[in-house]
Amino acid sequence: MRIRRGRIPSSSSWTHFTAKMPLELYLDLHSQPCRSVFIFAKINKIPFEFKSVDLSTGEQYGDEFGKVSIIRKVPVLKDGDFILTESIAILQYLAANHHTPDHWYPADLQKRARVDEFLSWQHTNIRTHGSKVFWFRGVIPAVTGAPVPKEKMDAAVEDLNVSLKTFEEKFLQSRPFIIGEKISLADLVAIVEMMQPVGTGLDVFQDRPALNAWRDRVKKEIGVEVFDEAHKSFIHLSECVSLESNP
Amino acid sequence: MSLEIYLDLFSQPCRSVYIFTKKNNIQFDHKKITLFDGSQYGEEFGKINVLRKLPAIKYGDFCLAESVAIMMYLAEKFHTPDHWYPADLQKRARVNEYLSWQHSSIRIHGSRILWFNLLIPKAMGVEVPKEKIDNAVEDFDGSLKLFEMKFLQDKPFIVGDQISLADLVAVVEIMQPVGAGMDVFENRPKLKAWKDRVREEIGAELFDEAHQALLSLQEDVKTMDPKKMDPLKPKVLKYFLS
Repeated sequence: MRIRRGRIPSSSSWTHFTAKMPLELYLDLHSQPCRSVFIFAKINKIPFEFKSVDLSTGEQYGDEFGKVSIIRKVPVLKDGDFILTESIAILQYLAANHHTPDHWYPADLQKRARVDEFLSWQHTNIRTHGSKVFWFRGVIPAVTGAPVPKEKMDAAVEDLNVSLKTFEEKFLQSRPFIIGEKISLADLVAIVEMMQPVGTGLDVFQDRPALNAWRDRVKKEIGVEVFDEAHKSFIHLSECVSLESNP
Repeated sequence: MSLEIYLDLFSQPCRSVYIFTKKNNIQFDHKKITLFDGSQYGEEFGKINVLRKLPAIKYGDFCLAESVAIMMYLAEKFHTPDHWYPADLQKRARVNEYLSWQHSSIRIHGSRILWFNLLIPKAMGVEVPKEKIDNAVEDFDGSLKLFEMKFLQDKPFIVGDQISLADLVAVVEIMQPVGAGMDVFENRPKLKAWKDRVREEIGAELFDEAHQALLSLQEDVKTMDPKKMDPLKPKVLKYFLS
């Protein structure tokens, strides 16, 4: 929580006061990076004001949101005059600024490097492919009324499968969590990205017992209640969206 | 304990790591890998980085991939000057913000232009549809506009008065299409002024040395054996043209 010192003039003297400036988080929980920031703030009891941005109506392109961020993406953090985009940067900032438990973003250089390594790699792998499958299965058929061509769908699912295999073989291996015994920002970012295709009815954990077990551990560490709250509106997508494309 | 760094200076993230270590006088054993030969798929390199990508480091038993993670690690481990990766939380957040954003924007679009305009047609002999080329150029242009409007603005460098990892990563990515003959800085005076400042801070000699392989690529492909890149062809075409 940021404390700001200010001065109120009285008739004969200046008086100091302190006022709390609420942290604002601009979020749409349909978005993976919004979920990781939401979950992190909640479980670390970081007080914040939830500023809802409805991506499905294009609210991010409006004038109001444009004053917050010209990148026109969520999540965005507003801490007084300090505005920050990019969930990875936001998570790293919150971890340091609010002195969250070390395991989230360890001070140990090699452990921290492992977290950074995953957070860097995931952008153009799990994030890209999980998002694509989400769009192909969930969004494009709903918006256009037509399924995505089978060849494109199969290629997208194949790319996601390759990413998941790499995740298990390189990043997780036989450890409980990505960097070892404890959960970190890496697991948090990984889980919200992997949940994205699940929102369209594609269960990426099925037939992947090691990944499934890791998912259960992460969910337990986060807390089932917060995990489900973050994914609530999103999981219902699979019930609402007509899945005309191949499973 | 020696630091081994696996690099091919054709690759943007390899250049940023190379420049960073050289500039900060961090001693390392330069292990050259030729990406165009497919050496990254060999058994030896697989023990260093199972992701089969560059750059990668090996420091004792500790292996690490991903240039952003590597530079953050080296900055802390070797206590490089604060401005590279500031201890101040808000300045550091600005660096982190750029390093995160660039993965899916400037990096992707700049890479595409080099492959579409030079490597795929000239080194692989495969024609790239004009529409794809035009889209790549338009996307890159969009990224550069955002870079100037949001990240650089009227500051000398991304974080303020001093160069940081953000500028280093930005400049190597923005240089990539120059390798295909595109004058990225034409009609972009603010960007050019920033690039010149960054080059000066890094040191012109080091900057030019790091970019030599990239900038001689147009000439090199003329005499390159057309079969040289055959092992990479299926992966490259699937990634860029599917």
